[in-house]
Amino acid sequence: MVSSYRIQGATGEWEVVIGLEVHAQITTQAKLFSGAATAFGAEPNTQVSLVDAAMPGMLPVPNAECIRQAVRTGLAIDAAINRWSRFDRKNYFYADLPQGYQISQLYHPLVGEGSLTIDADEKAGIPADKVIGIERIHVEQDAGKLMHDQHPTMSYVDLNRSGVALMEIVSRPDMRSPAEAGAYVRKLRAILRYVGSCDGNMEEGSMRADVNVSVRRPGEEFGTRTETKNVNSVRFVMQAIEHEARRQVDLIEDGGTVVQETRLFDPGTGTTRAMRSKEDAHDYRYFPDPDLLPLELDEAFIAECRASLPELPDAKRRRYEGELGLSAYNAGVLTAEVETAGWFEELLAASAAKAGKPEAELAKPAANWLLSELFGALNKTGTALADSPVTPAAGAELLALVAKGTISGSIAKQVLEKMLASGDGAEAIVEREGLMQTSDTSAIEAAVDQVLAANADKVAEFKAGKEALFGFFVGQTMKAMQGKGNPQLVNQVLRQKLG
Amino acid sequence: MSVDKETVARIANLARIRMDDAALDRMVPELNNILAWVEQLGEVDCSGVEPMTAVIPNTLRLRDDVVNADPLTGGGVRDAVLANAPAPEHGFFGVPKVIE
Amino acid sequence: MTELTDLGIKAIRDGVVGGSFTAVEVAEAFNAAVAAANPALNAFIVTTPDHALDAARRVDAQRSAGETLGAMAGVPIGMKDLFATKGVQTTAASHILEGFVPPYESTVSQKLWDAGAGMLGKLNLDQFAMGSSNETSYFGNVISPWRRADGGNAPLAPGGSSGGSSAAVAARIAAAATGTDTGGSIRQPAAFTGITGIKPTYGRCSRWGVVAFASSLDQAGPMARDVTDCAIMLGAMAGFDPKDATSLDLPVPDWAGALNADLRGVKVGIPREYRMDGMDADVAASWDQGIAWLKDAGAEVIDISLPHTHHALPAYYIIAPAEASSNLARYDGVRYGLRELPEPGSGSGTSGAGLQDMYAATRAAGFGDEVKRRILIGTYVLSAGFYDAYYTQAQKVRALIARDFERAFERCDVILAPTCPTAAFGLGEKSADPLAMYLNDVFAVPASLAGLPAMSVPAGLNREGLPLGLQLIGRAFDEQSVLNAGLAIEQRAGFNAKPETWW
Ligand SMILES: [Mg+2]
Ligand SMILES: [Zn+2]
Repeated sequence: MVSSYRIQGATGEWEVVIGLEVHAQITTQAKLFSGAATAFGAEPNTQVSLVDAAMPGMLPVPNAECIRQAVRTGLAIDAAINRWSRFDRKNYFYADLPQGYQISQLYHPLVGEGSLTIDADEKAGIPADKVIGIERIHVEQDAGKLMHDQHPTMSYVDLNRSGVALMEIVSRPDMRSPAEAGAYVRKLRAILRYVGSCDGNMEEGSMRADVNVSVRRPGEEFGTRTETKNVNSVRFVMQAIEHEARRQVDLIEDGGTVVQETRLFDPGTGTTRAMRSKEDAHDYRYFPDPDLLPLELDEAFIAECRASLPELPDAKRRRYEGELGLSAYNAGVLTAEVETAGWFEELLAASAAKAGKPEAELAKPAANWLLSELFGALNKTGTALADSPVTPAAGAELLALVAKGTISGSIAKQVLEKMLASGDGAEAIVEREGLMQTSDTSAIEAAVDQVLAANADKVAEFKAGKEALFGFFVGQTMKAMQGKGNPQLVNQVLRQKLG
Repeated sequence: MSVDKETVARIANLARIRMDDAALDRMVPELNNILAWVEQLGEVDCSGVEPMTAVIPNTLRLRDDVVNADPLTGGGVRDAVLANAPAPEHGFFGVPKVIE
Repeated sequence: MTELTDLGIKAIRDGVVGGSFTAVEVAEAFNAAVAAANPALNAFIVTTPDHALDAARRVDAQRSAGETLGAMAGVPIGMKDLFATKGVQTTAASHILEGFVPPYESTVSQKLWDAGAGMLGKLNLDQFAMGSSNETSYFGNVISPWRRADGGNAPLAPGGSSGGSSAAVAARIAAAATGTDTGGSIRQPAAFTGITGIKPTYGRCSRWGVVAFASSLDQAGPMARDVTDCAIMLGAMAGFDPKDATSLDLPVPDWAGALNADLRGVKVGIPREYRMDGMDADVAASWDQGIAWLKDAGAEVIDISLPHTHHALPAYYIIAPAEASSNLARYDGVRYGLRELPEPGSGSGTSGAGLQDMYAATRAAGFGDEVKRRILIGTYVLSAGFYDAYYTQAQKVRALIARDFERAFERCDVILAPTCPTAAFGLGEKSADPLAMYLNDVFAVPASLAGLPAMSVPAGLNREGLPLGLQLIGRAFDEQSVLNAGLAIEQRAGFNAKPETWW
């Protein structure tokens, strides 16, 4: 199904064509070609080796983990892994580029053609799942950072990022709306985080996108594209596309032509503008880096990479729906983030172990409890799931109490709040506070008698046919019992006494 | 193929070597001499020949992902890194102001 | 008693180990010789007498303590100023690195210090190793200690780029020296000055800490009095280095211990394409003499063909400048070395211009003419639209040259050829014509392109009384055959000419 996103111009409708080059920092301890650390936020130039500073005579030696993670990422998007690849130099002069070239891969990238699927989202105008082609993933060095506001006549150079390993993930120009581009970045981020090859932290610059945008009349040839560099959030990617597409349409309709150029996104205004520096007629003089030999991968290495891949979001989602019987919506939410899925699976495993029952039987209540009860409670305090004081095992303990009938669902809510506040276990709280559900028939009968006696008028109405009042009696009885009455028994006794 | 002054000026700019008119005038015939000479390579029949990638048959060796395993290629050496800098500034390298 | 400065590596080491003299005595003798000669020869950019003395004291102390001494114990050497030396200015003979003091030591120099050698100073060279006469150094020409036997006293080129190295060893002011060879820069200066030098297989010696010229070609090697000294010193310099991705992960053979000049069963190939039209008669004669010597040593001599020989030099002058144009991009005035700020008003005032102008002004002031020429050639051949025609084609031709050698080595074990087309020329004789200068390396470059071990040994003097060298080229990893054949020539040539001390 085709995206119906259109830009209304003065002369008719326009279609936007989008391709993304996502730079994702590979999760490693050390840099791509040196042993300096990669941690975020260090003092300037403290994570810089002689190699990163391009001292005379320094040489690159590649970090195996960078190669491994890029290959795992390639496998996760069903891409071709090139058994023979090599590094090239991209030559240009800039203060954040100490070598005077970036070591990258142009001619023979590590990872070839692959794809990912963005999920249907009716509300966002994505009527059906859509496959987005990925042309390649290559491995390259990040540049350093320039600071311009520290000195009246100087810029300051910090090389801490210089030489950090990046994957550049280049999509095909397959996206047709800002929403599709947003969904693509979110899905890609989810996959990277599942794989563990990138932490996906966009605020810290671990992931940023170069956004290629062009416009055309629907069905016609591609127009000239612009590239907006280093956009660092999903929202900004969408904004940049909207602005850039509108700008191009207005430009063309005013009789102008789009020039192929590099642009910058201004998050403050949501607009893009042409970059003034680096305007050098781009002639990067790529050639194979003579300091590095060709990279050859054997089948065993690739098999090891493949074997180490976790279950990925699409497969997990299918399994949650199929094997666990979860709703499409719940399966989607649970699998969107690797932490959520991991938490859910731990919860489910612990519950199954406690109950001695198959997971499939416990999945629905566990999913419901996680998505509504726990998420609801955590949201109130703005706590992330990763920082939840309630662990999956503790959650399982609570769910088991509900399943066994020791406490009711409403008591469970109270217990959860006490767990979050105190960090104590569910059983201990229930025990200490005497919250166990009672199945003592005589106590229930006494409570029911009391409620019926106190509400003689309602009993009369009920008997006259106002059956809806049954729920009222249940509520009153439960209230009289401080919520501890076994709901089934309460129901049963009420039916007897009213019947 | 021969280069004219304009081309040499463009190449000099790509290479970030400032050259005045006199220097360009001197360089044009020198480069043309050399280029005319190396162009004899075009005559060599290289059909079916792959360009050399590794002079001694050898493949790329990778290192383990360990921070500062060798102090010579590790970080945490800011003083050494800045020791020869023409304009060190508060732990940074100072350069003429750049505006994006 | 002979002067200590007449001794080479083995004689000094054995003398120090045996107690005939102390390492300090040797260091002092060489330090004095350097001080006396350097004003005239300009072989050293800086001298480091204390480094030599400190190393000597350590060796003497080790000996007193009964410790085992290293292979280079007590040997004072010169270090080509392309090797980074911790705390000692390292310039590549360029203004752009003047005053640069590395906070690190190159792997090769460290290995030599670990083996007991000491450093007399940093040796002059062609700027960034680009040249064949040592006339492109920012720090002035090196004058060869040799003079023509015509009484004219015209200053001669010591060869290049390792011209300071060759001059110092030939003048007996260093027991040995390091060299680097990209397209002949060890062999050609060795031949010009009547000394011995070997470029090992590409990857034998670590390039870590060596200022890069052309990464796929650069190899360090020893320059010394004789084959044995070269074998000892190469053993100390070579070895796997995990910091260099192109380093060979192979054990270092005991080349010195296995030296054997008996060439019975050895096949020596004589490449017919090296016998070029108009070849210098003395060079041709010395080559014939070399063939006779190797036969005398028991070798079987066969005619071989290296059909792409004529294309080696043009391929080299595409590949080496291309790599250099990129390798030298780091000299930008930001992190070390010269920074030249453009005069006020010359900047356009637009954004970014200040930085880019600084680059252009720094590199214009910092690089010499030959370096600029090669950077421009390299930039041009890599630029859009020209890359395939020049660079890719050159790398294909390079593959053909390597294949020529492979095929030849199916039939022979070692190749004999002249090192250079002529003996040393006068300073200034070729510097006006870059192409004429490049042609000097015509015999040396093919082995460089193929990464093969190759050495030059002195074969005699020409009719002007100047040394001529013979070149031996071996299979990859087979330095031993090269050294052995070199030794056979050395024994038969009995070359003991040395320049008169005129300084
Ligand atoms: Mg890009
Ligand atoms: Zn990139």
